[in-house]
Amino acid sequence: MKNAIVSVVGQDKVGIIAAVSALLARHQVNILDIRQTVMQDYFTMMMQVDLSAISCSLQDLKDVLSRLGGEMGLVIGVYDEGLFNAMHRI
Amino acid sequence: MISQHEVLDTLRMIEHENLDIRTITMGITLTQCIHEDADEVARRVYDRICAKAGRLVQVGREIEAEYGIPIVNKRISVTPISIIGAAAGPKGCLAIAKAMDRAARDVGVNFIGGYTALVHKGIAYGDQAVIDTIPEALDITELVCASVNVATTRAGINMDAVARMGRVILETARRTAARDSIGAAKLVVFANAVEDNPFMAGAFHGAGEADCAVNVGVSGPGVVKCALEKVRGQSFDDVAETIKRTAFRITRVGQLVAREASRRLDVPFGIVDLSLAPTPAMGDSVAHILTEMGLESVGGPGSTAALALLNDAVKKGGVMASSHVGGLSGAFIPVSEDAGMIDAARAGVLTLEKLEAMTAVCSVGLDMIAVPGDTPAETLSAIIADEAAIGVINGKTTAVRIIPAQGKGVGDEVSFGGLLGEAPVMRVSAVGCGDFIRRGGRIPAPLHSMRN
Repeated sequence: MKNAIVSVVGQDKVGIIAAVSALLARHQVNILDIRQTVMQDYFTMMMQVDLSAISCSLQDLKDVLSRLGGEMGLVIGVYDEGLFNAMHRI
Repeated sequence: MISQHEVLDTLRMIEHENLDIRTITMGITLTQCIHEDADEVARRVYDRICAKAGRLVQVGREIEAEYGIPIVNKRISVTPISIIGAAAGPKGCLAIAKAMDRAARDVGVNFIGGYTALVHKGIAYGDQAVIDTIPEALDITELVCASVNVATTRAGINMDAVARMGRVILETARRTAARDSIGAAKLVVFANAVEDNPFMAGAFHGAGEADCAVNVGVSGPGVVKCALEKVRGQSFDDVAETIKRTAFRITRVGQLVAREASRRLDVPFGIVDLSLAPTPAMGDSVAHILTEMGLESVGGPGSTAALALLNDAVKKGGVMASSHVGGLSGAFIPVSEDAGMIDAARAGVLTLEKLEAMTAVCSVGLDMIAVPGDTPAETLSAIIADEAAIGVINGKTTAVRIIPAQGKGVGDEVSFGGLLGEAPVMRVSAVGCGDFIRRGGRIPAPLHSMRN
């Protein structure tokens, strides 16, 4: 199993979680955990996702997510979980 | 799960503070390629580099995409060409330089190091062949980097080689005069050179190294500077602690990338180099870390102490984060590649003499310094001798990468573009040292070299 973190940051509005999760579901990306907060209208969300059954390439997923981000005024990134484990866990 | 705060922390470092992996450098042994025919050895060198490093750039890009961490440079270091080219002589060495350049271009790396001679005790035939051809090799190639080790703590300083290198630097600068003497920017003169350095222009793959190895150089002056902004006005205890914590995180990313690159390329992991390497970009400056500590500008009183603290804390933080630390591992202070250093040099508050003092407490030495084009070769040699003495006596690596900018004087500017940056031409002492350099011979190894 290969886990990744999807980060979504930007202006809050209706339907962000719905749109991002629908897109992930379409590409067989399983959501394991979601943390989300809104601070002063600023939306931040971290999703831990499982990429083991992904139906497209990682690059394709990044491309469609960043296109969605562009449409909704959000910055969406996908990062291998290993990066954060390395930096924040001994 | 990783907390939101931790994710945002990491993303901030990457997006806003220039956290990146400065280089993945593949070291390749070339001893299999030795042949007395110049064309044959060159052909073998080209084939071997392409065979080993063919996937290097692609794998680097994959890791970059998956982890979201920029990997700025992919590079290659090879066995010193003084060993590989000896049988084929100077003609063979030049043919190898051309083959290295072509191979580097074809596999897509931006520099290849190893046009190197190790002459700290004496100059052998192969060393002579490399040194004699350095000016031409750096003129006719674009991506090849050269280095010469003229001193070690164990052997002392080879003053014949020091004298020779002053002339070689000058000749290299002259041959590339039309391009701001850029050839000299790709030539490093070392004391106590290391065999696993991933950083250019001084990288080579030492004779004690494996067939092939992956070495990684981390970076992150911007991250350290931003971390220090949060402890403004607090004591040095807090400064050191903050740098250590930050260096640990930066190095962990380096270790992760090194392990991943090693696995994907099926090449053993060599070392992570803990050096804080600046770039000319805003927010990526080692000098600005020193000003954040409270100095008005780098180059003023206090600069050496601030740099010493930084260099030590980076090592202490980084060493636990990696299974094998090596290379140069210390802060770099190249003038033309650091926005804060460039500004200080332009303002005249950073002098060659202060830089020399600073090199006693950090990694490497007088790096990327432009001096007037009419600086005599003996003066360049004497500057090399001074740096070598600092390295030899303190048991550390020092280096000189100095550019006598042809046709330019103090206050003029040189511009190399890209990572090599731009710099003002700095003043050099006019006090004569010709008789000193013309003595030749060797400065004996210091007493403390006898440790057996």
